[in-house]
Amino acid sequence: MSIARSAVRRTLSVVAAAALIGTLAACSSGTGGGGSDAGGSASDLDAALEKGGKLTYWSWTPSAEAQVAAFEDAYPNVDVELVNAGTNTEEYTKLQNAIKAGSGAPDVVQIEYYAIPQFALSDSLVDLGAYGLGDLEDQYSASTWGAVNVGGKLVGLPQDSGPMALFYNKTVFDQYGIAVPATWDEYVQAAKDLHAADPSKYITADTGDSGFATSMIWQAGGRPFEADGTNVTIDLADEGTQKWTGVWNQLVEGDLLSSTPGWSDEWYKGLGDGSIATLVIGAWMPGVLESSVPDAAGDWRVAPMPTYDGTPVAAENGGGGQSVTKQSENPALAAAFLRWLNSDPASIEVFLSSGGFPATTADLNDPDFVNLESEYFGGQKINEVLTQASKDVSSGWSYLPYQVYANSIFGDTVGQAYANGTDLNDGLATWQDQLVDYGNEQGFSVNK
Amino acid sequence: MSTLTEVMTTTDAAGGRGASGTRSRRRGAYRPKYSSPLRPRKSVAFTLLMGIFVIYSLVPLVWLLINATKTQAGLFSSFGLWFDDDFVLFQNIWETLTYKDGIFLRWFGNTLLYVVVGAGGATLLATLAGYGLAKFRFTGRKAVFAVVLGAIAVPGTALAVPTFLMFSQLGLTNTPWAIIIPSLISPFGLYLIWVYAVDSVPTELLEAARMDGAGEFRTFFTISIRLLAPGIVTVLLFTVVATWNNYFLPLIMLSDPTWYPLTVGLNQWSAQATGVAAQPIYNLVITGSLLTIVPIVVAFLGLQRFWQSGLSAGSVKQ
Repeated sequence: MSIARSAVRRTLSVVAAAALIGTLAACSSGTGGGGSDAGGSASDLDAALEKGGKLTYWSWTPSAEAQVAAFEDAYPNVDVELVNAGTNTEEYTKLQNAIKAGSGAPDVVQIEYYAIPQFALSDSLVDLGAYGLGDLEDQYSASTWGAVNVGGKLVGLPQDSGPMALFYNKTVFDQYGIAVPATWDEYVQAAKDLHAADPSKYITADTGDSGFATSMIWQAGGRPFEADGTNVTIDLADEGTQKWTGVWNQLVEGDLLSSTPGWSDEWYKGLGDGSIATLVIGAWMPGVLESSVPDAAGDWRVAPMPTYDGTPVAAENGGGGQSVTKQSENPALAAAFLRWLNSDPASIEVFLSSGGFPATTADLNDPDFVNLESEYFGGQKINEVLTQASKDVSSGWSYLPYQVYANSIFGDTVGQAYANGTDLNDGLATWQDQLVDYGNEQGFSVNK
Repeated sequence: MSTLTEVMTTTDAAGGRGASGTRSRRRGAYRPKYSSPLRPRKSVAFTLLMGIFVIYSLVPLVWLLINATKTQAGLFSSFGLWFDDDFVLFQNIWETLTYKDGIFLRWFGNTLLYVVVGAGGATLLATLAGYGLAKFRFTGRKAVFAVVLGAIAVPGTALAVPTFLMFSQLGLTNTPWAIIIPSLISPFGLYLIWVYAVDSVPTELLEAARMDGAGEFRTFFTISIRLLAPGIVTVLLFTVVATWNNYFLPLIMLSDPTWYPLTVGLNQWSAQATGVAAQPIYNLVITGSLLTIVPIVVAFLGLQRFWQSGLSAGSVKQ
């Protein structure tokens, strides 16, 4: 199953890669970009909403349907066709193909933060700054705002965020007398103690997840990817990265990680029966646990992400926003819809009630939100921990302009170190080599 | 065949080691030169081997059947190859059929459309072309032969991306045509009919029909097509299965779920379990998979008698 799935992913990434070649070629010929869209101001957006029209919106967010319905109620002249074109990478492949083909892309599209630079640098997204949406900066947390600004352009608006925290199964911790780890050294010790006490239980499951690894490097202070236009630097052996591998290698080489693939039915099962005792993951996880692991109600708690030296610091994991594509025939209307979608309280309320974690500071600071006692988490005010994590996210992180491809080959490179229980640094070095080669083949100038 | 008999006798000898020498000598004396199909010899080793294959093929089906009766929570908490306390198969089927306003039924209908038009059309075209190539002499036959053989060698997946770009130029992506048109081409089916028609449709018969004044089309539809029936059914089965299971082409051609076939739709349901705002519906994915294979199983059981006669036809000169 997993082999077949990774084979499909690989094939898909090949398709995406083939498509990327074309878009980069298009990019280099039209540098400067943005000339095609008319631009305008906030009043233009209001006028567009008044005038109405038809939009296509690609999203896999469960709340999208209710949000679109609420939008159409508020603006009856606008007709939004919601299409679920696939979950994350599948959607990106389709978007990339549509961009390459020159038609078929939607007006508004959901893109996760890690994939935004890829579409932004291929000049496929409208600069929303031209519609005055840059004024919304104060409304979003710093890390999410940074993620939608690429190369000096505002290429999307944040929808959610995923500041990382430590989710742990308190029932299991109590059973074996394990204290909640505050540092990574304590976390490794907890992993050893737990597995020694009950060999069927593991501190966590990790078979090599690129999103997790990059977030962990982010927290450790590593900044392995830098991009300035088409000049890219990759250094997966910087100090921060090695700080993370120093800790995680102990778990990988010590056989202290469950080999259950993330998001599989077994994984959900492990979260329910205590065999996977913690998750270091984005703040959007409570909604998933609540709806999909109902049997473990009352078992789980949230704590701040462990640190290296006691100073609180976090990273973003997952989350994303929406962008307007350059293929949109009505970019002003699309931008107006996007403005409503990710800043209107009516829309955000729908989003939050579906279990999403906000990117908007008003909600992150809202006492009702922060002090909410979660029944699933035994009455804990989990949002106190999670909103604090959002403030602790360290700045200056960026993803590669071909991060979607990079993540697709993570399993073949770093994943091998996980599978064999060997040094992660070797796996990261292989990953880096392949990324440098690929980037140069694609027309970037990598590590030159 | 001789090697097969030898293997059989070797196994017999090994199996009969414990028996008395006289018995094995007596059996040796009556050993027929060729094993008769009327009194097939039993072989423990081959029965075992066959048993392993049967288990290998059936275990996933059994797993599917058992797990389609469980709730999502039951899937996570019970042993995979046995039933959970709750038996919710019918509830799962109902949920599968009604989830997201019955999108599964829509996918089912799409798949049927692609199969009926795509596989049916492919079979018709393959039959016409294969028959024509087998029974008519014209210049360029060899070239056609080479092209067809070459086409068999190229996997459809390799052509998917160029096909996508071409169809997108034509404005056909995200329409049913993007699935149906490529499905109409079956080089393998054409080759099969061609080879089959050479032997099963006697040229003398066609000449006789022509002498009696029947046109080529009448000859084809009243005489040849009946003789070709087993071959046609075989090709139909192949193309039906290929179209029913078609995954990669619709995956890249279609972005709107309303035109998805079941394969891509089920994958979308499965992918829903991943990442931010994950909504796993594994019970529906499993029940949906079970419902998806039912028509294929029925098609096989219904058509297999044609298929068997197709396999043996022409093997003996009459």
